[in-house]
Parts: sequence; structure tokens; C-alpha cells
Amino acid sequence: MPIIEAYDLVKIYSSRSGTVHALAGLNLSVPEGRVEGLLGPNGAGKTTTVKVLNTLIKPDRGSARVDGIDVLADPQRVRRIIGASGQYAAVDENLTGLENLEMVGRLYHLGVRQSRRRAAELVEAFGLTAAGNRPVKGFSGGMRRRIDLAGALVNKPRILFLDEPTTGLDPRSRLGMWETISELVREGTTVLLTTQYLEEADALADHISVIDQGRVIAKGTADELKAQVGGHRVVVTLVDAADSGAAREVLARYGSAEPSGADGGRELEVAVQQGPVALQRVLADLEQQDIRLHDAGMRRPTLDDAFLTLTGHPADGADGTDRADEIDPDGRAKPTDHQDTPRRRETVV
Amino acid sequence: MSTLTDAPSSTPSPPPQQEVVGAFSTWLADGWTVTWRNLNKIKRSPDMLFFAVLQPIMFVLLFSQVYGGIIEIEGSDYTNFLMAGIFAQTVVFGSTFSGAAMAQDLKEGLIDRFRTLPMNPSAVLIGRTNSDLALNSISMVIMIATGFAVGWRFTNGFPSFLAGVGLLLLFSYAFSWVMTLLGMVVRTPETINNAAFMILFPLTFISNAFVPAASLPRPLEIFANWNPVSALVQSARDLFGNTPDGIVRDTFPIEHPIVTVFVGVAVILVVFVPLSIRQFARTSSR
Repeated sequence: MPIIEAYDLVKIYSSRSGTVHALAGLNLSVPEGRVEGLLGPNGAGKTTTVKVLNTLIKPDRGSARVDGIDVLADPQRVRRIIGASGQYAAVDENLTGLENLEMVGRLYHLGVRQSRRRAAELVEAFGLTAAGNRPVKGFSGGMRRRIDLAGALVNKPRILFLDEPTTGLDPRSRLGMWETISELVREGTTVLLTTQYLEEADALADHISVIDQGRVIAKGTADELKAQVGGHRVVVTLVDAADSGAAREVLARYGSAEPSGADGGRELEVAVQQGPVALQRVLADLEQQDIRLHDAGMRRPTLDDAFLTLTGHPADGADGTDRADEIDPDGRAKPTDHQDTPRRRETVV
Repeated sequence: MSTLTDAPSSTPSPPPQQEVVGAFSTWLADGWTVTWRNLNKIKRSPDMLFFAVLQPIMFVLLFSQVYGGIIEIEGSDYTNFLMAGIFAQTVVFGSTFSGAAMAQDLKEGLIDRFRTLPMNPSAVLIGRTNSDLALNSISMVIMIATGFAVGWRFTNGFPSFLAGVGLLLLFSYAFSWVMTLLGMVVRTPETINNAAFMILFPLTFISNAFVPAASLPRPLEIFANWNPVSALVQSARDLFGNTPDGIVRDTFPIEHPIVTVFVGVAVILVVFVPLSIRQFARTSSR
């Protein structure tokens, strides 16, 4: 039996700017021990899904079960077995790292002594022993995130919800966070993880559900998703941008889709069915037309390519058309505070 | 890192204390934990404590020294007349803190954290209002001391004096629940402060706090006589023995100020406690 089940979840937010279907009939099923990645652009419905499952919001329609417990009927029982870490490190700045964790332990009703012991245990496991007695106020973003994640582990949860666990972190802290999460999952905790970084889903998740506009549009392992895009990509870099038009025609001849380009037309790329054969032919044709190359090669599709193919738009979701996650449950649009959120497009090359 | 989870082998058994500890004591313990957390905030942010201490001193000094010379109250010394008003104003404004702190917790995701824990949902609100009562009590002590320093005396005996202080704090506690709800609805700490000032300045100034209601223009006088803050001020003033002889008592709240305050407190709590708990159960960050 799957440990996380969601069936036909619908959540509609209405605001002055119109109605947003944050969830439009989303289904999800996660077996025990799996790290499931919810991958999708901003506003796809990832956060809303997690908030329904971790009892923070009620869907307008549909049902959800966590470890067989009906989330809507018995949220309090669900809360005892899950751990949840939100998009923003939810820590009390004025408490020390240890006190933050002790507070969480006490609210899990572990008792004061047991809570203290658990807090010390976690602070040590997260490599924060030295900083544990200092107020969180002075912590770096990465340290706060770690305390927040530790807070989600106080009750030794069997199911862990992580909503964009590395958003806003610098690359080094992000790698540290990945390591921590990987260690956790090695112990068999079931994790539902949301991310807009393809690289992150690739690195952490056993299985990925691609979410777009409130429903799951594709699922599978990272490799399966990449395979859905099929074949290879032939990539060439021209010496002279003026050759761009001619080179594009050559690529189009052997490609299974329209060629795409970047860098002022000097870099061209096309999806092909038979990689090596197509590359040979493209190179032969380009040489015949005296088009000089800086670089040429072939690569496997990335999750980025898969995402583009599946959703029809790039993974960074910067088009701003669908921002369901940014409307709060009362239907007000949230202030745009994304300056602090790196919105880099990351590819796995 | 096997200390982190015990996922595969464990059964979903709730912590053993869950069964042992009754619902009521769980509620008490949770309320206390959140209060403890909030009180830590007062301790750890000296700026907050500084203003909580300084603001009451400033108000007492400002009003008694600036207006003390100009405003004459028949049958009373202005400082004696003023003190109940300044106490009431300060504790009512003090409740604003509940709203701002609630909005701040929401913004920082702490409410989300609390709401995913198996704690009693009303404990967060209890903890909030409790710790603001503590903060208001600190302000109260400081104001009383400052009042004594500028010549204020209560003349009705110590028990009455204590009753007056208790009534002021009771009212501010009830008002904290209003602000707590407002904090969850408005959601931005800055807006809360501005909105509160828009409401609280008229509420405290169009009253008998600083001048006798009879000295106000007729429409304002009518408002002042029915204003619950006036009833609060009048109660405290009566209990402190600071009411001047010539005061006009021609409306129910001023005639029976203590009853009015109790009824007001009961109404506020009956309405706003359930509303706040309901709002909390469906409030989530951004």
C-alpha cells in the first residue's frame, strides 16, 4: 500500500485578478521508502500539494491519505508521524538552535528532558554543535535551513515533506543540504520533496512527478523522463554567426524537431533520432558548405529538455502566467519577494 | 546519522505520553511552551524591552509635565486625574504587539511549523496573549513607579488600587485577542501597526482619558461617554480614588464603569477567542 496517496485534489483560489486552479485534479501515490520529487515551475501547484498532505490546507475536492490516515478527517494523527519543512526556514530568531529544537520537541509532547536530549542529538548530527547555543539570529541561511530541517526530524518521522529545501541557498550550502537529505533517505524515510531545480530532482529523487498547472503531467525516474524525450541532441558552435542560417538548414535536415539556437545564433542544437549517424551527416554537410566550426558534439537529453518537451515551456517558469503558489489561502496575491530567490536555470550537462 | 530517523522499523505509535497526559494538561503544557518561547523573545531582543520600558515612562512624563501646567481639572490635580488615562492608553496600545507578532510569525513560516505539529491549536494563541499580558504587566509596573515619581497618589486604599491595575490588565488581555485575529487577517506587521494606530488613537483620545468628557465638543462628548475605553479609565480612576468631584455621570458606562468593563471583556472574549481559533486553523504562510 502506498504511504502517501492523493486522489483528484482540487484547490481553487479566487482573487481580484481571477480564479486560479492551484490544483486541478492531482493524483499522487508514493510507496514507502521512496524519495518522490515533485518537479515543476513556480505556481505549478507543488507547494499546494505538500500543504494539503501536511495538513496545512484543505482541498476543495479530493482526498488524501498519509500512512493510511485520512488527512482531512484526522489531521492531528497525521501530524504525529510526519515531519515538514517549508519553503522558508521556520525558526525563531531569538531562540538558540537548541532551544528551537527543544520547543518543537515539547510541542510533540516528548517532555522537557527528552526534548533537550533530542535537540542535542540533532544539533550534533547536523554539525551545528558549536553554534547550537547561539541565537539563530546570527546564523547563515544554510545553518537556518539545517535547524529547520532538524526541526522536521525531532519526532523521527516516517514521512518527511520538504518544500523547496534549497531555494535561496548558495551553491555550497545547497550541496551540503543535498548530502544531509541523501543520508536521511538512506535510512529509509519516505520523502516528498518539491523543487524547481531539475538538477536537484535528478540528484535526490528516486522517482519524479512532473507537475504543471495543478496536475501531474509525467512521472518516472529521471532516466525514464529523459528517455521520453528520446534520442540525442546534436550541438554545433559556429565560428561565424553569419553562417547561422545555412547551418540551421543543415540541422533541420536531420533533426526530429526544429533546431534551437543561442549565443547570437552561433550555437545551434537539434534533437535527432540516431545520434552518431546524424552527427556524421551534419558534419559532412557543413564541411561541404565551408561552414567552420568551433565545436561540435552530441549529448543525451537533460531533465531540462524533458521538462521543455513535456510542458512546452522551460523549467524556470518565468513567464508569470500561472502563479497559483503565490496566492495565499485567503485569495490575496502575495507580494513579489523573489529577489532573494535565485532563479537560475540549471542544466545537467 | 542513524539518530535522525528510525523510519523503516518503527510503527506509527504516538509518543507514550500522548495517552497518559490528558487533553487539558497537554493544552496547558503547549500554551506554556509557546509562552516560554515568546518571553524569550522579550529577553533576547533588548530593543523591544527597551521601548516597552521607555515608552510608558515617556508617556507619563510627557503628559503630566507638558499638559499638567495647562489643563486644570476642577477638584483634582491633573497628574492624579491623568494617571488612570495614561495607564489605559498604554495597555490598550500594548495589545497591538499581539497583532504585529502574529503577523510576523506567519510571515516567517513559524505558524506553518506550529500547525504541522500535533499540538493543541489554540496553544499558539494562548501563548501569544499570555506573553503580551506579561509585557503589559512590565509596562504597568514601570508606569506606576514613574507616576509616583511625578507626584501621583492613589487615595482609595491598596486593595482598590490593585483591583484597578487588575482591571486595566484584564481589558488589555481581552484586547490582545482582537489584535491577534487582526494579525492573522492583515498578515503584514507594518500594516497592523498603522491600522492599529488609526483605530486606537481616536479610541483613546476621544475619551475621558486626558480631559473630562464634558469638556469635549458635544458629538465627541457623546462618543466619549459610550467609549469602552472611557469606562475602563473611569473604573481605574474610581478605584484609585482619583475621580474629581464634579464629574458628570449621565450614561450607563460612566455610571457603572466596572460592570461595563467586565461585560466588555466578556463580549470581546466570547466573540474573538473562537474567531481567532477558527482563523488560526486555516491560516498558512503566503
